[in-house]
Amino acid sequence: MKKKGWKEVPIGGVLKDKGSSVAYNSGSWRSFRPVIDLEKCINCMFCWVYCPDSSVIIKGGLVAGFDLEHCKGCGICAKECPPKVTAITMEPESKGPVCG
Amino acid sequence: MGKTMAITGNIAIAIAMKQINPDVVAAYPITPSTEIVQQFSSYVADGAVDTEYIAVESEHSAMSACIGASAGGGRVMTATSSQGLAFMWEMLYIAAGYRLPIVLVCVNRALSAPINIHCDHSDSMGARDASWIQLYAENAQEAYDNTIQAFRIAEEMDVRLPVMSCLDGFIISHSIENMTILEDEEVRRFIGDYKPLNPLLDLENPATVGAIDLQDYYMEHKRQQHEAMLNAKKVILSVGKEYGKLSGRSYGFFEEYRLDDADVAIVVMSSAAGTVKDIVDEYRSKGIKAGLLKPRVFRPFPAEEIADALKNTKAVAVLDRADSFGASGGPLFPEFRSALYDVPNPPKMINKIFGLGGRDFGPDDVRGVFDELVAIKDTGKIKSLKEYITVRE
Ligand code: SF4
Ligand code: SF4
Repeated sequence: MKKKGWKEVPIGGVLKDKGSSVAYNSGSWRSFRPVIDLEKCINCMFCWVYCPDSSVIIKGGLVAGFDLEHCKGCGICAKECPPKVTAITMEPESKGPVCG
Repeated sequence: MGKTMAITGNIAIAIAMKQINPDVVAAYPITPSTEIVQQFSSYVADGAVDTEYIAVESEHSAMSACIGASAGGGRVMTATSSQGLAFMWEMLYIAAGYRLPIVLVCVNRALSAPINIHCDHSDSMGARDASWIQLYAENAQEAYDNTIQAFRIAEEMDVRLPVMSCLDGFIISHSIENMTILEDEEVRRFIGDYKPLNPLLDLENPATVGAIDLQDYYMEHKRQQHEAMLNAKKVILSVGKEYGKLSGRSYGFFEEYRLDDADVAIVVMSSAAGTVKDIVDEYRSKGIKAGLLKPRVFRPFPAEEIADALKNTKAVAVLDRADSFGASGGPLFPEFRSALYDVPNPPKMINKIFGLGGRDFGPDDVRGVFDELVAIKDTGKIKSLKEYITVRE
């Protein structure tokens, strides 16, 4: 995509397009990825509430996995998953295929 | 028609603020600007203005709150001095980078250390590269007039930059002078209704302010700021002219005092210019062609106009009420000297650092500078390029 010149972009770094962060692949920042054990998950939705990148995928009201295009690997979901459940583990990207 | 009053510079600013009736004022009082927000907060308490007044816990928070309120879509102003301005530092750049037309009244005061509460220009000069328009006033009248014009300049759509309206601490902020204030209605008509640009509170048209801007677009946004400063020049002139029609006091980039045919000239900003005018008259009566150029607008720097105004002089002293330690001169000097570089037969130029921390600058100090300029004009020789005056050996 041809980048716009200084006369074409809005001043002040303002973004006028709604939801433009979808187009930004913050998944490329990740060095650890969340891996979920759906057997253990009790669907408390803590991870969904706390994820700063809205990257917890919900299907039919249940946690279904992660949007690895945008999950930046912060580990908040794993931290917030209740201690008795610990359904999420953070795995180094070096151990598996790089997604996103 | 306005009315004539005997008031301090600070009260003149507070009255201007009342007449402007901004949507939001966020401030943290600091000497010598304290009286401005103190007086203004009583206007708020008395219901004389509609302003939302935010008493914040620091100047960093003051500018942060101003940025939020301005990005939200309000007309916003604040006042500060010295350490307060220094504490706003990172937020000054953000206000300008977001292109928010905030008006800040800076009552100039020396920066610590050693701690000092009196006038010099080290505070606002330190902010000269922050992409704020800077106006400087000689007296309370000019400070009042500049502050009203600041809104029109800042809010012009092809400018949209914050403006700093500066006046000398104590010398102007606390001295009582006769001055004329406009009618409230005249001020309101002059500044007009505020037109926000991409306000965050416009829920129908959502906008993101503060998104990250990396190698791909940051420079385009800085280029826009450069353009806005260029655009500000014509806006400052047209607003200054229009204000003249309203008040009888027109404003440009600088004031020329007996400069037309001057051989020797002093460049000095703000209150010190008054003293220099007296001595210009004294030297003129002795047959010496002395003159003064008093800058009003430092950012954007009107280099071509300055070169044109000083091109026929033989020797010029640029007086800085702040030092840029280790530089070839105070903040004004290199810019003035550079402005004259392309003039055929440019004048010899020297720099004097004066009046730091409120040090008195009197008629004898001006005479000393003019005598030195006359000697330079006659001999063509400069003793020293940058020198401290009004200092004990
Ligand atoms: S690692 Fe962070 S970004 Fe990724 S899903 Fe968990 S909380 Fe969201
Ligand atoms: S926090 Fe843990 S248990 Fe709760 S929904 Fe997320 S993965 Fe499941």
